[in-house]
Amino acid sequence: MSILFLTNSVLTTLQDTGRNDFRHLGINPNGAMDKSAARLINILLGNSETEGVLEMHFPAPKILFEQDAVIALGGAHFDAKIGDGAIENWQIVRVKKGDVLSFERKRFGSRLYLAIRGGFRAEKWLGSFSTNLKAQIGGFDGRALRKNDRIFFESEVQTPKLKARYRISNALIPNYSYSPTIRVVSGAEWQDLTAESRESFLRQSFAIRTESDRMGFRLRGELLNLCGKIELVSSAVNFGTIQLLPDGELIILMADHQTIGGYPRIAHIVGADLSLVAQLGANDKLNFELISLAEAEDLMIKFEKELDWLRVGCRLKNNAEN
Amino acid sequence: MSYKIFSLDETALTIDFGGAVSFAVNDRICALAEFIAQNPFRGLREIVPAFNSLTIFYDVREVRRAFPKFETAFAAVKNHVEQCVTEIADFGADKPKRLVEIPVCYDAEFAPDLNFVAAHNNIVPEEVIKIHTSRAYRVFMLGFLPGFPYLGEIDERIGAPRKAEPRLNVPQGSVGIAGRQTGIYSLASPGGWQIIGKTPLTLFTPEAESPTLLQIGDTVQFYRINKSSFDELASNQSEIE
Repeated sequence: MSILFLTNSVLTTLQDTGRNDFRHLGINPNGAMDKSAARLINILLGNSETEGVLEMHFPAPKILFEQDAVIALGGAHFDAKIGDGAIENWQIVRVKKGDVLSFERKRFGSRLYLAIRGGFRAEKWLGSFSTNLKAQIGGFDGRALRKNDRIFFESEVQTPKLKARYRISNALIPNYSYSPTIRVVSGAEWQDLTAESRESFLRQSFAIRTESDRMGFRLRGELLNLCGKIELVSSAVNFGTIQLLPDGELIILMADHQTIGGYPRIAHIVGADLSLVAQLGANDKLNFELISLAEAEDLMIKFEKELDWLRVGCRLKNNAEN
Repeated sequence: MSYKIFSLDETALTIDFGGAVSFAVNDRICALAEFIAQNPFRGLREIVPAFNSLTIFYDVREVRRAFPKFETAFAAVKNHVEQCVTEIADFGADKPKRLVEIPVCYDAEFAPDLNFVAAHNNIVPEEVIKIHTSRAYRVFMLGFLPGFPYLGEIDERIGAPRKAEPRLNVPQGSVGIAGRQTGIYSLASPGGWQIIGKTPLTLFTPEAESPTLLQIGDTVQFYRINKSSFDELASNQSEIE
């Protein structure tokens, strides 16, 4: 009832949709960078969408299944294989005891998620499976997984013969790209940018700097300027907040961001597009498009409704299979 | 007290009382946070107080469903918050504050920047310690690290700028100064505050029901201990854990 990590990997952690309700204590949510991917594959498997998933970067670990299991992969595309057989993302895959899952090549994206029907066995900290690497708690012992680590399954899962392979429809899969246009809503200090800088923000392509990690993505591009010096008192920030650093460059706060910040808030990435940003890597480019708050709310509601439909559809199929 | 309300993103809004950081504004923030927690609206997810602002996270879909007459979830939550502000006029103003006494050892081995802070202010290190322990501080906010308190305001005679180059590793328990604030590193971390001492107390205990020693609104009084008391308290502390 477990998987064994046969190799080391860059950064493989247990995550979920995040640890909420403790920001007031300075405890940030953490969680999957690409939450849509994590949610989609959990729903596909019939799990709660807040079930723990493994977030993997490339090079990803070789994983031995010590028991039959039903899994799904989503997010980045690392040429997943079991033996000689290619494993596609976004579909239910039945794995046999003794199978080794490996990842040959980085084809697209930065973060690949593995979910298992029934979930991984791990202790929740403050209601979440997510790993807080800084406080070294949550997830798997508060750390990244290493060679010879073993994660148990939460339950022995019936692995019925799959009558048909089914996968998440393309319409639901995030519209990933190497150079996406990312929708944002304006931030509190948007109007404090000079007119040229506002125009520049919306016109230029920014590149992701190599100094980017789960805390934040630094952007390289034309420098932006404020109309005048502003002194801000720190207040809460969020995953997707775009701040202007003193040197005129931008940083996008990502899943391991601090709870509060004091740099000017230029804009905020809408929830629907965070997944696209999460899959970017060093030197990938992105553009920003400003939309209204009402449009951002509508986008979120539309996405949540689509997930509802997926949930219903998967429930019907899973019941039919069992 | 004037304020402005703006969206953080489509899932949160911030009410900002602006102006300088003060006890009165921070009292108001604490009271408002408590009042909203006690009178939640449908879709409320999380309340995050800071120095002079409060950020409220909500579930867009649930808010829109619960308040259909508003065009946006933001407008509905903004309206709720505005009503709460008028209702808390005196709420919690005379609420007694919890006092937490925190021992600090200011010995050189724990205080790599004590001399800098003294020199910066043209006083001797002993005077910095005396001034640092001479008044009680307010926990204005927790942030930066889990359980890291932003305490203020310190006497201007011991104020000092952050280090130009942050240290790569500040030990857990280190007590620092940045501008007119003082704070305690609840975890070992990179950091740029000027370190003037160290407490043996644990500020962040993940397994505990209440994982942080301090909460916003608490009052903190530092007192000086010597190295042997520090060692004794530190070993007691590790026994508790």
